[in-house]
Amino acid sequence: MSTTVSLTVNGKPCTVEVEPRTLLSALLRDKLGLTGTHVGCDTSQCGACVVHVDGKSRKSCTTLAVQVDGAEVTTIEGLAAADGTLHPMQEAFRENHGLQCGFCTPGMVMSAVDLLHTNPSPTEAEVREWLEGNICRCTGYHNIVKAILDCAANLRGAQQAAE
Amino acid sequence: MYAVNYAKPASVADAVAALSAAEDGKFLAGGMTLIPTLKQRLAAPSDLVDLGAIGELQGIGTDGDALVIGAMTTHADVARSPLVASAIPALVTVAGGIGDPQVRNVGTLGGSIANNDPAADYPGALLGLGAEVRTNSRTIAADDFFLGMFETALEDGELIVSVRFPKPLAAAYAKFANPASRYSMAGVFVARTASGVRVAVTGAAAGGAHRMETMEKALQADFSPAALDPITVNPNGLNSDLHGSAAYRANLVKVMAKRAVAACG
Ligand SMILES: Cc1cc2nc3c(=O)[nH]c(=O)nc-3n(C[C@H](O)[C@H](O)[C@H](O)COP(=O)(O)OP(=O)(O)OC[C@H]3O[C@@H](n4cnc5c(N)ncnc54)[C@H](O)[C@@H]3O)c2cc1C
Ligand code: FES
Ligand code: FES
Repeated sequence: MSTTVSLTVNGKPCTVEVEPRTLLSALLRDKLGLTGTHVGCDTSQCGACVVHVDGKSRKSCTTLAVQVDGAEVTTIEGLAAADGTLHPMQEAFRENHGLQCGFCTPGMVMSAVDLLHTNPSPTEAEVREWLEGNICRCTGYHNIVKAILDCAANLRGAQQAAE
Repeated sequence: MYAVNYAKPASVADAVAALSAAEDGKFLAGGMTLIPTLKQRLAAPSDLVDLGAIGELQGIGTDGDALVIGAMTTHADVARSPLVASAIPALVTVAGGIGDPQVRNVGTLGGSIANNDPAADYPGALLGLGAEVRTNSRTIAADDFFLGMFETALEDGELIVSVRFPKPLAAAYAKFANPASRYSMAGVFVARTASGVRVAVTGAAAGGAHRMETMEKALQADFSPAALDPITVNPNGLNSDLHGSAAYRANLVKVMAKRAVAACG
């Protein structure tokens, strides 16, 4: 049995045929070719697959495409500006060497962007607690946490400068 | 995942009808438990009835001195609700300590208690507060709702609509989380209510959340962490696995109970 879902993905409307059992991660990767969203586990624990659905971070491997019919989805591919300028969080990961193999990075970045939406001035402890659902096998988290704190400080600075 | 039919009704009545019309249907709430189970092919329902579009199941309100939380309210919404924080702050601790932010963004109260994982947090809170589960057909006291590991009093096709939490005089939840999954290895919910002290333990026992009468009696006489000192928690019936032995969990229950009592102030 197949059905159609209509989504806005990274600002572009799209209507795709899926089965009810199609996972959002599979829709993004296999149907739309957006392979920046990674799948690192089958226990819903690693967070490599985190995307934003209507502005909130969500595990795309544990979401059926049909559940989010009509929603706005943002993936890692949708963060940078049209001219390729990195999103401040991506830039902060680069500056602070917040990645090694890069497998966890899309999920880390998407999760971190959601954190700063809800809490623009997190403490180090709050950042570490927020990353509970994102597992990294390489970095030991140290530079990831540094990157997120740095990004938060930069964004606050930019906002103050604008005021 | 096996192939499955899917429906997304807009009312409680339609959801109940859709499920009873299905050969072997299941309600789908946040999917944080059900979808991993389907992915592993540990369940093969014929139909999924998605509760995500039903307004009646959403939201947090009051009923006299009690809080009423809709079944589809997410853990994140409970954790950041000013209404919950002012009426029963211990529920903020419970909901805010579940899993990780992405699980909390979609996982729901109704899904958690319908599933009754022996290590889930909400069952302890419902028992500790003497809550009531309201379904499409009746009201079930928490004491009669949780029937052991993954077992509840829900009939086939019965839908949880909301949970009514009476406001306690004071309450607190202390959890020792499994460092990997964040499920409780031992979580103790303590409440001082007008009708007495209630203590509920989750995570430790194979049978899931349960009341702890010995502790309730001791705290009824003297509501202080020290009142629990003479009590020895019996490790019989507690889980023993790679995360901790039954004896270790028995000790954790007492330590968490003392912390919860202290946090009641
Ligand atoms: C990585 C991870 C970590 C987690 N950590 C914790 C934790 O620390 N503590 C904790 O308590 N939980 C934890 N959970 C579980 C989480 O709380 C889930 O949200 C919850 O168990 C199920 O809620 P759901 O809304 O996702 O339900 P679903 O998965 O959609 O449904 C679960 C079951 O309940 C039934 N159901 C759902 N809603 C209703 C209803 N209204 N009426 C009748 N039946 C219904 C469904 O048919 C299904 O059988 C974790 C989950 C994950 C993936
Ligand atoms: S792939 Fe989604 S949590 Fe691991
Ligand atoms: S950088 Fe390799 S998993 Fe995180």
